[in-house]
Amino acid sequence: MRGIAMIIDFGVPDFMARAMLAGAGVAIVAGPLGSFMVWRRMAYFGEALAHSSLLGVVLGIVLGVMPWLTVLALSLVVAILLYLMEQSRRATLDSAIGIVAHGALAVGLVLLAFVESARLDLFSYLFGDVLAVTRQEVWLIYGGGALVLGVLAIFWHPMLSVVVNEEVASVEGVNVTTTKIAHLMILAVVVAAAMKVVGVVLIVALLIAPASAARQLANSPEQMAVFASLAGVMAVAIGLWGSYQFDTPAGPSIVVAAIGLFILAVCFGNRPVRNVP
Amino acid sequence: MSNTDVLLEADKVVVEAGRRTILNQVSANVRRGEIVTLIGPNGSGKTTLVRVLLGLLKPDSGHVRIHPSLRIGYVPQRLTIEPSLPLSVGRFLKFGVSRGPNQQAGRRASVLAEVGAANIEDSRMHDLSGGELQRVMLARALLRDPDLLVLDEPVQGVDVTGQAEIYDLITRIRDKRGCGILMVSHDLHLVMASTDHVICLNHHVCCAGRPEAVTRDPEFQSMFGAEIAAQLAVYHHHHDHVHDVDGRPVPISVTADHAGHSHDH
Repeated sequence: MRGIAMIIDFGVPDFMARAMLAGAGVAIVAGPLGSFMVWRRMAYFGEALAHSSLLGVVLGIVLGVMPWLTVLALSLVVAILLYLMEQSRRATLDSAIGIVAHGALAVGLVLLAFVESARLDLFSYLFGDVLAVTRQEVWLIYGGGALVLGVLAIFWHPMLSVVVNEEVASVEGVNVTTTKIAHLMILAVVVAAAMKVVGVVLIVALLIAPASAARQLANSPEQMAVFASLAGVMAVAIGLWGSYQFDTPAGPSIVVAAIGLFILAVCFGNRPVRNVP
Repeated sequence: MSNTDVLLEADKVVVEAGRRTILNQVSANVRRGEIVTLIGPNGSGKTTLVRVLLGLLKPDSGHVRIHPSLRIGYVPQRLTIEPSLPLSVGRFLKFGVSRGPNQQAGRRASVLAEVGAANIEDSRMHDLSGGELQRVMLARALLRDPDLLVLDEPVQGVDVTGQAEIYDLITRIRDKRGCGILMVSHDLHLVMASTDHVICLNHHVCCAGRPEAVTRDPEFQSMFGAEIAAQLAVYHHHHDHVHDVDGRPVPISVTADHAGHSHDH
């Protein structure tokens, strides 16, 4: 934690340093995952994962385990469930996602009424509580983040092939099912981590706003992913600074910063949709 | 030709969707060095058959036999690149191949030249015209050194002169590389000139054989109208030979292996 020590030297309180580290850790993995969310148009899918994670929090309290664990477990279950729904094509995916997401959210809120309300600060889960992040949680974020980046490194090529065209990827020997499930698994991990930083309601913004900003400047998929990570880290830094200066809530401030970066990128980006020679 | 030349074979394939039968007892095969064209009206099950042959769709009954270690280059009917994905032609070409010599930039440039799309490696995929996109997709398939090329409507979105060029190109690729080619088409004129074997599909195989023979088949005539069939027959009058695997002209045998069953259209 030399990073913390360095920031402390600049006179920043310890909790701000931890918030910055946690936020940056999440933003780094949110870059590539957010890019895939934009490419595969999975924003609504991300919302579903985020909404159902509230049920995970409540389940954690009911079962008396760390909410982290139940949130992650539930995200993984929901990701698989949504994948199966997509495959079966019984309901249209759109409504299937809506049913799962809001179903889980509603069940979570109903269950919440049965547990002691004093033990859960609902607001902090809805809008994030990054300023209260513990040292242990920072380690968890970086551990999970390393795992996500490792899986991404292995599946990067097949995941891109699936974005370009699923059937061609399959004919060319990509195992599409494995690739999609791996993608959903790491997305579930990132959503669980991002919940701590910006909260259930704003997770998707933290994923897609930096990626959309990066789209304006990038020339290749890899560039877009890296730029998105950078934009995310910048948004966290600006948001936390603003939160400290103006005493605004940290999570929403980070998202406001990310949206601001997106608007800047749109105004000054050099990537029109089509080049007129 | 021996059986080892058969790259891909469908045997009495049946695909059902609800109560409708999309493919009914369809058998077809593609041999090395042969251009096989699937024709038939829209919604006749052509793309479904291709998906079954590629292993993308499991048939409800029947079998698909694939030559072991068959490398397939597949060009789908429509390739829409997600607008939010920044992708150059060069990067797109790298997707299809695993590591090896074909990953090298020199190989990409030479294959692009082969399909008549040189010097567009740095262009963005979204900026390509319909014809360029088809050629780039063909290049990507060729970079895999395929034993079999599967092209679903290869001239879609290409203007008429461009269409003739692409069919020429496909014939040249077969002549040069000796791979098998399976094409899907619903337009008749151009495709007839550049194919060895035609399978006329309308949920079942109506008729199959050399193009000249198929156009004289009563089932074909009832499907596409006698007038069009006659035009095609006249057109083929000028081509009283076809090319064998090595490109040598061989005389036409006017026999279509008619499927021999009765049904109404």
